Amino acid sequence: MSVKLPIYMDNHATTPVDPRVLEAMLPFFNERFGNAASRNHPFGWSAEEAVENARAQVARLIGATPKEIIFTSGATESNNLAIKGVAEMYREKGNHIITQVTEHKAVLDTCKRLEKGGCEVTYLRVGKDGRIILDDLRRAITPKTILITIMYANNEIGVVQPIAEIGKLAREKGVFFHSDAVQAAGKIPVDVNRDSVDLLSLSAHKFYGPKGVAALYVRRKNPRVQLAAIIDGGGHERGMRSGTLNVPGIVGLGKACEVAQADMAEESKRLSGLRERLKEGLFAKLDEIFINGSVDHRLPHNLNVSFAYVEGESLLMGINDVAVSSGSACTSATLEPSYVLKALGVGEDLAHTSIRFGLGRFNNEEEVDYVVDKVVQTVQRLRELSPLYEMAKEGVDLSKMQWQVAAGGEH
Amino acid sequence: MSYSDKVIEHYNNPRNVGSLPKEDPNVGTGLVGAPECGDVMKLQMRVNPQTQVIEEAKFKTFGCGSAIASSSLATEWVKGKTVEQALAIKNTEIVKELNLPPVKIHCSVLAEDAIKAALNDWKRKHSAAEIATPATAARTQ
Repeated sequence: MSVKLPIYMDNHATTPVDPRVLEAMLPFFNERFGNAASRNHPFGWSAEEAVENARAQVARLIGATPKEIIFTSGATESNNLAIKGVAEMYREKGNHIITQVTEHKAVLDTCKRLEKGGCEVTYLRVGKDGRIILDDLRRAITPKTILITIMYANNEIGVVQPIAEIGKLAREKGVFFHSDAVQAAGKIPVDVNRDSVDLLSLSAHKFYGPKGVAALYVRRKNPRVQLAAIIDGGGHERGMRSGTLNVPGIVGLGKACEVAQADMAEESKRLSGLRERLKEGLFAKLDEIFINGSVDHRLPHNLNVSFAYVEGESLLMGINDVAVSSGSACTSATLEPSYVLKALGVGEDLAHTSIRFGLGRFNNEEEVDYVVDKVVQTVQRLRELSPLYEMAKEGVDLSKMQWQVAAGGEH
Repeated sequence: MSYSDKVIEHYNNPRNVGSLPKEDPNVGTGLVGAPECGDVMKLQMRVNPQTQVIEEAKFKTFGCGSAIASSSLATEWVKGKTVEQALAIKNTEIVKELNLPPVKIHCSVLAEDAIKAALNDWKRKHSAAEIATPATAARTQ
Protein backbone atom coordinates (compact mmCIF):
# COMPACT_ATOMS: atom_id res chain seq x y z
CA MET A 1 0.00 0.00 0.00
CA SER A 2 1.50 3.27 -1.00
CA VAL A 3 0.00 6.63 -0.19
CA LYS A 4 1.05 9.77 -1.95
CA LEU A 5 2.22 12.37 0.56
CA PRO A 6 1.33 14.97 1.67
CA ILE A 7 -2.34 14.10 2.03
CA TYR A 8 -4.85 16.92 1.61
CA MET A 9 -7.70 16.63 4.12
CA ASP A 10 -8.61 20.30 4.53
CA ASN A 11 -11.43 20.49 2.02
CA HIS A 12 -13.40 23.07 4.03
CA ALA A 13 -10.64 25.56 3.35
CA THR A 14 -10.55 24.94 -0.37
CA THR A 15 -10.64 22.11 -2.89
CA PRO A 16 -8.55 21.33 -5.95
CA VAL A 17 -10.10 22.10 -9.32
CA ASP A 18 -11.68 18.98 -10.81
CA PRO A 19 -10.04 18.04 -14.14
CA ARG A 20 -13.46 18.19 -15.84
CA VAL A 21 -13.88 21.74 -14.57
CA LEU A 22 -10.41 22.78 -15.66
CA GLU A 23 -11.00 21.37 -19.13
CA ALA A 24 -14.23 23.32 -19.48
CA MET A 25 -12.49 26.55 -18.45
CA LEU A 26 -9.40 26.41 -20.66
CA PRO A 27 -10.84 27.67 -23.97
CA PHE A 28 -12.08 30.81 -22.24
CA PHE A 29 -8.60 32.08 -21.47
CA ASN A 30 -7.41 32.52 -25.04
CA GLU A 31 -9.83 31.19 -27.67
CA ARG A 32 -13.20 32.35 -26.44
CA PHE A 33 -11.73 35.28 -24.53
CA GLY A 34 -14.38 37.87 -25.38
CA ASN A 35 -16.03 40.25 -22.95
CA ALA A 36 -19.49 38.92 -22.19
CA ALA A 37 -20.76 42.50 -22.33
CA SER A 38 -19.59 43.02 -25.93
CA ARG A 39 -22.92 42.87 -27.75
CA ASN A 40 -21.78 43.56 -31.28
CA HIS A 41 -19.35 40.80 -32.28
CA PRO A 42 -19.04 37.01 -32.07
CA PHE A 43 -16.29 37.10 -29.40
CA GLY A 44 -18.71 38.76 -27.03
CA TRP A 45 -21.63 36.52 -28.04
CA SER A 46 -19.57 33.42 -27.47
CA ALA A 47 -18.54 34.54 -23.98
CA GLU A 48 -22.07 35.60 -23.14
CA GLU A 49 -23.45 32.26 -24.25
CA ALA A 50 -20.99 30.48 -21.97
CA VAL A 51 -21.91 32.74 -19.04
CA GLU A 52 -25.62 32.13 -19.54
CA ASN A 53 -25.01 28.40 -19.72
CA ALA A 54 -23.12 28.60 -16.43
CA ARG A 55 -25.89 30.69 -14.90
CA ALA A 56 -28.34 27.91 -15.73
CA GLN A 57 -26.00 25.27 -14.26
CA VAL A 58 -25.71 27.19 -10.99
CA ALA A 59 -29.47 27.76 -10.86
CA ARG A 60 -30.18 24.05 -11.38
CA LEU A 61 -27.94 23.06 -8.47
CA ILE A 62 -30.05 25.07 -6.01
CA GLY A 63 -33.49 24.88 -7.64
CA ALA A 64 -33.47 28.51 -8.80
CA THR A 65 -34.03 30.15 -12.19
CA PRO A 66 -31.02 31.52 -14.12
CA LYS A 67 -32.13 35.14 -13.81
CA GLU A 68 -31.85 34.84 -10.04
CA ILE A 69 -28.08 34.16 -10.14
CA ILE A 70 -25.59 37.03 -9.75
CA PHE A 71 -21.91 36.29 -10.28
CA THR A 72 -19.40 37.73 -7.81
CA SER A 73 -15.72 37.42 -6.95
CA GLY A 74 -16.17 35.21 -3.91
CA ALA A 75 -18.60 34.25 -1.19
CA THR A 76 -17.28 37.06 1.00
CA GLU A 77 -18.53 39.46 -1.64
CA SER A 78 -21.80 37.54 -2.01
CA ASN A 79 -22.40 37.75 1.74
CA ASN A 80 -21.53 41.44 1.82
CA LEU A 81 -23.81 42.16 -1.13
CA ALA A 82 -26.73 40.22 0.33
CA ILE A 83 -26.55 41.75 3.79
CA LYS A 84 -25.50 45.30 2.98
CA GLY A 85 -27.68 45.32 -0.14
CA VAL A 86 -30.82 44.43 1.84
CA ALA A 87 -29.92 46.72 4.73
CA GLU A 88 -29.62 49.69 2.43
CA MET A 89 -32.52 48.91 0.12
CA TYR A 90 -34.99 48.28 2.94
CA ARG A 91 -33.77 50.92 5.37
CA GLU A 92 -37.21 52.55 5.38
CA LYS A 93 -38.84 49.27 6.36
CA GLY A 94 -36.53 48.46 9.26
CA ASN A 95 -33.01 48.26 10.56
CA HIS A 96 -32.91 44.95 12.43
CA ILE A 97 -30.90 41.95 11.28
CA ILE A 98 -30.76 38.53 12.92
CA THR A 99 -27.76 36.27 12.61
CA GLN A 100 -26.01 33.75 14.87
CA VAL A 101 -22.69 33.44 16.65
CA THR A 102 -20.98 30.71 14.61
CA GLU A 103 -21.32 32.46 11.25
CA HIS A 104 -18.25 33.01 9.12
CA LYS A 105 -16.47 36.32 9.65
CA ALA A 106 -17.70 37.46 6.24
CA VAL A 107 -21.17 37.60 7.78
CA LEU A 108 -20.27 38.60 11.34
CA ASP A 109 -17.97 41.44 10.35
CA THR A 110 -20.44 42.69 7.76
CA CYS A 111 -23.09 42.82 10.48
CA LYS A 112 -20.69 44.59 12.82
CA ARG A 113 -20.04 47.25 10.22
CA LEU A 114 -23.77 47.76 9.73
CA GLU A 115 -24.19 48.14 13.49
CA LYS A 116 -21.82 51.10 13.33
CA GLY A 117 -24.07 52.57 10.66
CA GLY A 118 -27.18 52.36 12.82
CA CYS A 119 -28.45 48.83 12.23
CA GLU A 120 -29.39 46.62 15.14
CA VAL A 121 -28.13 43.07 15.02
CA THR A 122 -29.21 40.10 17.11
CA TYR A 123 -26.63 37.33 17.39
CA LEU A 124 -28.48 34.14 18.27
CA ARG A 125 -26.67 31.63 20.48
CA VAL A 126 -26.30 27.99 19.47
CA GLY A 127 -26.85 24.86 21.50
CA LYS A 128 -24.18 22.32 22.34
CA ASP A 129 -24.95 20.69 18.98
CA GLY A 130 -24.07 23.91 17.15
CA ARG A 131 -27.62 24.59 15.91
CA ILE A 132 -29.69 27.64 16.65
CA ILE A 133 -32.82 27.28 18.74
CA LEU A 134 -35.90 28.09 16.66
CA ASP A 135 -37.78 29.59 19.59
CA ASP A 136 -34.93 32.06 20.08
CA LEU A 137 -35.28 33.07 16.45
CA ARG A 138 -39.05 33.41 16.72
CA ARG A 139 -38.68 35.64 19.76
CA ALA A 140 -35.97 37.75 18.15
CA ILE A 141 -38.10 38.81 15.17
CA THR A 142 -39.56 42.32 15.54
CA PRO A 143 -41.54 44.56 13.17
CA LYS A 144 -38.19 46.20 12.39
CA THR A 145 -36.54 42.94 11.28
CA ILE A 146 -35.61 43.02 7.60
CA LEU A 147 -33.21 40.11 7.29
CA ILE A 148 -32.31 36.79 8.88
CA THR A 149 -28.89 35.53 7.84
CA ILE A 150 -28.01 32.02 9.00
CA MET A 151 -25.40 29.80 7.41
CA TYR A 152 -26.43 26.51 5.81
CA ALA A 153 -23.54 24.54 7.31
CA ASN A 154 -20.62 25.57 9.46
CA ASN A 155 -17.10 25.65 8.11
CA GLU A 156 -15.43 24.32 11.26
CA ILE A 157 -17.79 21.72 12.64
CA GLY A 158 -19.88 20.98 9.53
CA VAL A 159 -23.11 21.34 11.49
CA VAL A 160 -26.13 21.90 9.27
CA GLN A 161 -28.67 24.44 10.55
CA PRO A 162 -32.45 23.80 10.40
CA ILE A 163 -32.65 25.81 7.19
CA ALA A 164 -36.13 24.81 6.01
CA GLU A 165 -37.61 25.60 9.43
CA ILE A 166 -35.87 28.96 9.53
CA GLY A 167 -37.07 29.70 6.00
CA LYS A 168 -40.65 28.82 6.91
CA LEU A 169 -40.55 31.09 9.93
CA ALA A 170 -39.00 33.95 7.95
CA ARG A 171 -41.67 33.59 5.28
CA GLU A 172 -44.47 33.64 7.87
CA LYS A 173 -43.09 36.82 9.38
CA GLY A 174 -42.37 38.49 6.05
CA VAL A 175 -38.64 38.72 6.69
CA PHE A 176 -36.02 37.99 4.02
CA PHE A 177 -33.80 34.99 4.65
CA HIS A 178 -30.19 34.86 3.47
CA SER A 179 -28.05 31.75 3.88
CA ASP A 180 -24.30 31.48 3.47
CA ALA A 181 -24.27 28.05 1.82
CA VAL A 182 -20.58 27.99 0.99
CA GLN A 183 -19.94 24.70 2.80
CA ALA A 184 -23.22 23.04 1.81
CA ALA A 185 -23.71 23.88 -1.87
CA GLY A 186 -22.51 21.07 -4.09
CA LYS A 187 -22.21 18.75 -1.09
CA ILE A 188 -25.77 18.21 0.16
CA PRO A 189 -29.07 18.95 -1.58
CA VAL A 190 -29.84 22.68 -1.37
CA ASP A 191 -33.13 23.90 -2.78
CA VAL A 192 -34.09 27.53 -2.39
CA ASN A 193 -37.80 26.79 -2.78
CA ARG A 194 -37.98 23.78 -0.47
CA ASP A 195 -35.95 25.76 2.08
CA SER A 196 -37.71 29.14 1.52
CA VAL A 197 -34.38 30.89 1.11
CA ASP A 198 -34.45 34.35 -0.49
CA LEU A 199 -30.72 34.98 -0.86
CA LEU A 200 -27.99 32.37 -0.93
CA SER A 201 -24.21 32.56 -1.26
CA LEU A 202 -22.05 29.85 -2.77
CA SER A 203 -18.45 29.71 -3.90
CA ALA A 204 -16.80 27.67 -6.68
CA HIS A 205 -13.56 26.76 -4.93
CA LYS A 206 -15.33 24.95 -2.11
CA PHE A 207 -16.63 22.33 -4.52
CA TYR A 208 -13.84 21.69 -7.01
CA GLY A 209 -14.18 24.90 -9.00
CA PRO A 210 -11.68 27.75 -9.29
CA LYS A 211 -10.99 30.46 -6.71
CA GLY A 212 -12.15 34.01 -7.26
CA VAL A 213 -15.64 33.26 -8.50
CA ALA A 214 -18.89 32.79 -6.64
CA ALA A 215 -22.58 33.47 -6.91
CA LEU A 216 -25.40 35.09 -5.02
CA TYR A 217 -28.91 33.82 -5.53
CA VAL A 218 -31.44 36.67 -5.32
CA ARG A 219 -35.12 35.64 -5.34
CA ARG A 220 -37.17 37.33 -8.07
CA LYS A 221 -40.68 36.50 -6.98
CA ASN A 222 -42.70 35.44 -3.93
CA PRO A 223 -41.12 37.57 -2.56
CA ARG A 224 -39.06 39.68 -4.91
CA VAL A 225 -35.81 40.80 -3.29
CA GLN A 226 -34.12 44.01 -4.37
CA LEU A 227 -30.57 44.89 -3.50
CA ALA A 228 -28.64 48.12 -3.40
CA ALA A 229 -25.37 47.47 -5.21
CA ILE A 230 -22.12 47.82 -3.34
CA ILE A 231 -19.99 48.02 -6.48
CA ASP A 232 -21.05 50.65 -9.00
CA GLY A 233 -20.07 50.81 -12.64
CA GLY A 234 -21.26 49.44 -15.94
CA GLY A 235 -24.47 47.94 -14.59
CA HIS A 236 -23.60 44.30 -15.14
CA GLU A 237 -25.58 41.54 -13.43
CA ARG A 238 -28.87 43.47 -13.54
CA GLY A 239 -27.18 46.41 -11.90
CA MET A 240 -26.47 44.49 -8.73
CA ARG A 241 -22.80 43.81 -9.41
CA SER A 242 -20.91 45.90 -11.92
CA GLY A 243 -17.61 44.74 -13.32
CA THR A 244 -16.46 42.72 -16.33
CA LEU A 245 -17.49 39.13 -15.86
CA ASN A 246 -14.79 36.59 -15.03
CA VAL A 247 -15.80 34.34 -17.91
CA PRO A 248 -13.34 31.43 -17.40
CA GLY A 249 -14.12 31.44 -13.67
CA ILE A 250 -17.87 31.56 -14.27
CA VAL A 251 -17.62 28.68 -16.75
CA GLY A 252 -15.68 26.76 -14.10
CA LEU A 253 -18.28 27.52 -11.43
CA GLY A 254 -21.04 26.33 -13.76
CA LYS A 255 -19.24 23.12 -14.61
CA ALA A 256 -18.44 22.50 -10.93
CA CYS A 257 -22.16 22.81 -10.17
CA GLU A 258 -23.06 20.39 -12.93
CA VAL A 259 -20.51 17.80 -11.79
CA ALA A 260 -21.47 18.20 -8.12
CA GLN A 261 -25.14 17.78 -8.89
CA ALA A 262 -24.58 14.69 -11.02
CA ASP A 263 -22.29 13.01 -8.46
CA MET A 264 -23.80 14.26 -5.21
CA ALA A 265 -25.76 11.22 -4.09
CA GLU A 266 -22.91 8.83 -4.69
CA GLU A 267 -20.20 11.15 -3.50
CA SER A 268 -21.84 12.09 -0.22
CA LYS A 269 -22.39 8.41 0.51
CA ARG A 270 -18.77 7.61 -0.21
CA LEU A 271 -17.50 10.53 1.87
CA SER A 272 -19.68 9.74 4.86
CA GLY A 273 -18.30 6.19 4.64
CA LEU A 274 -14.75 7.55 4.74
CA ARG A 275 -15.69 9.85 7.60
CA GLU A 276 -17.05 6.91 9.60
CA ARG A 277 -13.87 4.97 8.89
CA LEU A 278 -11.81 7.91 10.15
CA LYS A 279 -13.99 8.34 13.22
CA GLU A 280 -14.05 4.66 14.11
CA GLY A 281 -10.31 4.35 13.56
CA LEU A 282 -9.61 7.18 15.97
CA PHE A 283 -12.15 6.14 18.59
CA ALA A 284 -10.97 2.52 18.53
CA LYS A 285 -7.43 3.48 19.51
CA LEU A 286 -7.70 6.65 21.58
CA ASP A 287 -9.52 7.48 24.80
CA GLU A 288 -10.74 10.93 25.80
CA ILE A 289 -11.47 12.26 22.35
CA PHE A 290 -14.65 14.17 21.62
CA ILE A 291 -16.63 15.12 18.53
CA ASN A 292 -17.51 18.80 18.43
CA GLY A 293 -21.03 19.61 17.27
CA SER A 294 -24.02 17.54 16.23
CA VAL A 295 -23.28 14.12 14.81
CA ASP A 296 -26.70 13.78 13.16
CA HIS A 297 -26.97 17.20 11.51
CA ARG A 298 -23.61 17.29 9.86
CA LEU A 299 -22.00 17.52 6.45
CA PRO A 300 -20.96 14.05 5.27
CA HIS A 301 -17.30 14.97 4.87
CA ASN A 302 -16.64 16.78 8.15
CA LEU A 303 -15.15 15.51 11.38
CA ASN A 304 -14.08 17.89 14.13
CA VAL A 305 -12.47 16.19 17.10
CA SER A 306 -10.89 17.38 20.33
CA PHE A 307 -7.97 15.25 21.50
CA ALA A 308 -7.90 16.06 25.22
CA TYR A 309 -4.52 16.95 26.73
CA VAL A 310 -2.83 17.41 23.34
CA GLU A 311 -2.48 20.95 22.03
CA GLY A 312 -3.71 21.26 18.43
CA GLU A 313 -0.74 22.97 16.87
CA SER A 314 1.71 20.46 18.30
CA LEU A 315 -0.50 17.70 16.90
CA LEU A 316 -0.46 19.34 13.47
CA MET A 317 3.32 19.49 13.70
CA GLY A 318 3.45 15.76 14.36
CA ILE A 319 1.25 14.95 11.38
CA ASN A 320 3.02 17.34 9.05
CA ASP A 321 2.42 15.22 5.97
CA VAL A 322 -1.34 15.53 6.47
CA ALA A 323 -3.05 18.84 5.74
CA VAL A 324 -5.83 19.49 8.27
CA SER A 325 -6.56 22.48 10.49
CA SER A 326 -6.93 23.18 14.17
CA GLY A 327 -9.10 25.34 16.42
CA SER A 328 -6.09 25.97 18.62
CA ALA A 329 -5.21 29.57 19.37
CA CYS A 330 -1.68 29.00 18.18
CA THR A 331 -2.88 28.43 14.64
CA SER A 332 -5.01 31.56 14.48
CA ALA A 333 -3.88 35.08 13.81
CA THR A 334 -5.62 36.36 16.93
CA LEU A 335 -4.15 33.86 19.42
CA GLU A 336 -7.71 33.11 20.49
CA PRO A 337 -9.07 29.60 20.23
CA SER A 338 -11.96 28.96 17.86
CA TYR A 339 -14.99 31.20 18.55
CA VAL A 340 -17.16 28.53 16.98
CA LEU A 341 -16.15 25.88 19.51
CA LYS A 342 -16.46 28.42 22.32
CA ALA A 343 -20.03 29.17 21.21
CA LEU A 344 -20.84 25.46 21.50
CA GLY A 345 -19.72 25.55 25.11
CA VAL A 346 -16.55 23.59 24.39
CA GLY A 347 -14.10 24.71 27.09
CA GLU A 348 -11.10 26.68 25.96
CA ASP A 349 -8.86 23.85 27.14
CA LEU A 350 -10.57 21.44 24.73
CA ALA A 351 -10.85 24.04 21.96
CA HIS A 352 -7.06 24.18 21.93
CA THR A 353 -6.96 20.44 21.22
CA SER A 354 -9.35 20.36 18.26
CA ILE A 355 -8.61 19.21 14.74
CA ARG A 356 -10.88 19.68 11.73
CA PHE A 357 -10.78 16.94 9.12
CA GLY A 358 -12.36 17.89 5.79
CA LEU A 359 -12.64 14.93 3.44
CA GLY A 360 -12.99 15.47 -0.26
CA ARG A 361 -13.58 14.01 -3.69
CA PHE A 362 -9.98 12.89 -4.07
CA ASN A 363 -9.46 11.18 -0.71
CA ASN A 364 -9.53 7.40 -0.45
CA GLU A 365 -9.54 4.65 2.18
CA GLU A 366 -5.76 4.21 2.18
CA GLU A 367 -5.35 7.88 2.97
CA VAL A 368 -7.87 7.68 5.79
CA ASP A 369 -6.04 4.68 7.26
CA TYR A 370 -2.73 6.49 7.02
CA VAL A 371 -4.19 9.55 8.75
CA VAL A 372 -5.69 7.42 11.53
CA ASP A 373 -2.34 5.73 12.21
CA LYS A 374 -0.43 8.97 12.11
CA VAL A 375 -2.84 10.84 14.36
CA VAL A 376 -3.03 7.98 16.85
CA GLN A 377 0.77 7.67 17.07
CA THR A 378 1.21 11.41 17.47
CA VAL A 379 -1.52 11.79 20.08
CA GLN A 380 -0.06 8.91 22.07
CA ARG A 381 3.42 10.38 21.88
CA LEU A 382 2.25 13.88 22.86
CA ARG A 383 0.17 12.52 25.72
CA GLU A 384 3.33 10.93 27.10
CA LEU A 385 4.70 14.44 26.99
CA SER A 386 1.61 16.08 28.46
CA PRO A 387 1.56 17.04 32.15
CA LEU A 388 -2.23 17.32 31.88
CA TYR A 389 -2.63 13.73 30.73
CA GLU A 390 -0.40 12.58 33.58
CA MET A 391 -2.39 14.57 36.12
CA ALA A 392 -5.71 13.36 34.74
CA LYS A 393 -4.49 9.77 34.98
CA GLU A 394 -3.47 10.43 38.59
CA GLY A 395 -7.04 11.51 39.25
CA VAL A 396 -6.38 15.25 39.55
CA ASP A 397 -9.44 17.33 38.67
CA LEU A 398 -7.90 19.78 36.20
CA SER A 399 -10.89 22.11 36.34
CA LYS A 400 -10.29 22.66 40.07
CA MET A 401 -6.60 23.47 39.72
CA GLN A 402 -5.26 26.92 40.46
CA TRP A 403 -3.22 27.60 37.35
CA GLN A 404 -0.23 29.85 37.50
CA VAL A 405 -0.28 31.93 34.37
CA ALA A 406 3.06 33.22 33.16
CA ALA A 407 3.83 36.60 34.72
CA GLY A 408 5.47 38.09 31.68
CA GLY A 409 3.46 36.11 29.16
CA GLU A 410 1.14 37.45 26.52
CA HIS A 411 -1.98 35.61 27.55
CA MET B 1 3.70 28.83 10.48
CA SER B 2 7.16 27.52 9.75
CA TYR B 3 9.41 26.36 12.55
CA SER B 4 13.13 26.71 12.95
CA ASP B 5 15.18 23.54 12.54
CA LYS B 6 16.03 23.66 16.24
CA VAL B 7 12.37 23.74 17.27
CA ILE B 8 11.62 20.81 14.98
CA GLU B 9 14.61 18.91 16.32
CA HIS B 10 13.51 19.37 19.95
CA TYR B 11 9.92 18.53 19.02
CA ASN B 12 10.99 15.30 17.33
CA ASN B 13 13.56 14.38 19.97
CA PRO B 14 12.56 16.08 23.19
CA ARG B 15 15.27 15.82 25.89
CA ASN B 16 14.60 14.73 29.45
CA VAL B 17 10.91 13.90 29.16
CA GLY B 18 9.41 12.51 32.33
CA SER B 19 8.75 13.10 35.99
CA LEU B 20 10.70 13.07 39.24
CA PRO B 21 9.14 12.23 42.62
CA LYS B 22 7.43 15.41 43.77
CA GLU B 23 7.83 14.52 47.47
CA ASP B 24 11.60 14.12 47.28
CA PRO B 25 13.06 16.99 49.36
CA ASN B 26 15.78 17.52 46.77
CA VAL B 27 13.31 17.83 43.88
CA GLY B 28 11.77 21.16 42.96
CA THR B 29 8.62 21.17 40.82
CA GLY B 30 7.35 24.05 38.72
CA LEU B 31 3.95 23.90 37.02
CA VAL B 32 3.14 27.00 35.00
CA GLY B 33 0.62 28.05 32.37
CA ALA B 34 -3.03 27.05 32.05
CA PRO B 35 -4.94 24.66 29.79
CA GLU B 36 -7.25 27.53 28.74
CA CYS B 37 -4.24 29.42 27.42
CA GLY B 38 -3.08 26.42 25.40
CA ASP B 39 0.13 25.75 27.27
CA VAL B 40 1.13 24.12 30.55
CA MET B 41 4.72 23.29 31.46
CA LYS B 42 5.89 21.06 34.26
CA LEU B 43 9.59 21.31 35.01
CA GLN B 44 11.29 19.31 37.74
CA MET B 45 14.89 19.46 38.97
CA ARG B 46 16.87 17.42 41.42
CA VAL B 47 19.39 19.61 43.21
CA ASN B 48 22.40 18.35 45.12
CA PRO B 49 21.95 19.98 48.56
CA GLN B 50 25.71 20.11 49.19
CA THR B 51 26.86 21.63 45.92
CA GLN B 52 23.58 23.33 44.86
CA VAL B 53 24.18 21.82 41.43
CA ILE B 54 21.19 20.68 39.38
CA GLU B 55 21.91 17.04 38.70
CA GLU B 56 18.73 15.99 36.96
CA ALA B 57 15.94 17.81 35.12
CA LYS B 58 12.71 16.48 33.62
CA PHE B 59 9.80 18.11 31.84
CA LYS B 60 6.35 17.51 30.48
CA THR B 61 4.62 20.13 28.34
CA PHE B 62 1.16 20.62 26.91
CA GLY B 63 1.53 23.21 24.21
CA CYS B 64 2.65 24.01 20.71
CA GLY B 65 5.93 22.85 19.21
CA SER B 66 7.70 25.99 20.40
CA ALA B 67 6.53 25.43 23.96
CA ILE B 68 7.76 21.84 23.86
CA ALA B 69 11.10 22.94 22.41
CA SER B 70 11.50 25.77 24.96
CA SER B 71 10.98 23.45 27.90
CA SER B 72 13.14 20.70 26.39
CA LEU B 73 15.93 23.23 25.91
CA ALA B 74 15.45 24.53 29.47
CA THR B 75 16.07 21.05 30.91
CA GLU B 76 19.26 20.78 28.86
CA TRP B 77 20.50 24.15 29.99
CA VAL B 78 19.83 23.82 33.71
CA LYS B 79 21.56 20.47 34.05
CA GLY B 80 25.00 20.94 35.60
CA LYS B 81 24.29 24.54 36.56
CA THR B 82 24.00 25.76 40.13
CA VAL B 83 20.67 27.03 41.35
CA GLU B 84 21.86 30.64 41.10
CA GLN B 85 23.17 30.12 37.57
CA ALA B 86 19.90 28.51 36.48
CA LEU B 87 17.88 31.34 37.97
CA ALA B 88 19.84 33.73 35.77
CA ILE B 89 18.63 32.09 32.52
CA LYS B 90 16.61 34.66 30.56
CA ASN B 91 13.77 33.94 28.18
CA THR B 92 15.53 36.03 25.52
CA GLU B 93 18.34 33.49 25.43
CA ILE B 94 15.80 30.76 24.66
CA VAL B 95 14.25 32.95 21.94
CA LYS B 96 17.67 33.41 20.39
CA GLU B 97 18.71 29.77 20.59
CA LEU B 98 15.44 28.47 19.09
CA ASN B 99 14.86 31.33 16.68
CA LEU B 100 11.35 31.86 18.00
CA PRO B 101 9.13 34.30 16.07
CA PRO B 102 7.44 37.16 18.02
CA VAL B 103 4.15 35.26 18.45
CA LYS B 104 6.04 32.46 20.22
CA ILE B 105 7.95 34.60 22.70
CA HIS B 106 5.42 33.71 25.39
CA CYS B 107 6.65 30.08 25.16
CA SER B 108 10.12 31.20 26.23
CA VAL B 109 8.63 33.34 29.01
CA LEU B 110 6.77 30.32 30.25
CA ALA B 111 9.97 28.24 30.22
CA GLU B 112 11.80 30.87 32.25
CA ASP B 113 8.87 30.98 34.68
CA ALA B 114 8.95 27.18 34.94
CA ILE B 115 12.66 27.21 35.88
CA LYS B 116 12.02 29.84 38.53
CA ALA B 117 8.93 28.08 39.87
CA ALA B 118 10.77 24.76 40.15
CA LEU B 119 13.77 26.29 41.91
CA ASN B 120 11.60 28.33 44.25
CA ASP B 121 9.79 25.14 45.16
CA TRP B 122 13.16 23.51 45.82
CA LYS B 123 14.34 26.48 47.90
CA ARG B 124 11.16 26.41 49.93
CA LYS B 125 11.58 22.68 50.60
CA HIS B 126 15.26 23.07 51.18
CA SER B 127 15.01 25.80 53.78
CA ALA B 128 12.28 23.78 55.48
CA ALA B 129 14.59 20.75 55.40
CA GLU B 130 17.49 22.74 56.82
CA ILE B 131 15.40 23.80 59.74
CA ALA B 132 14.17 20.27 60.22
CA THR B 133 17.55 18.55 59.95
CA PRO B 134 19.31 19.89 63.09
CA ALA B 135 16.28 19.12 65.19
CA THR B 136 16.18 15.54 63.95
CA ALA B 137 19.94 15.27 64.33
CA ALA B 138 19.73 16.51 67.90
CA ARG B 139 17.23 13.89 68.78
CA THR B 140 19.23 11.01 67.37
CA GLN B 141 22.35 12.05 69.25
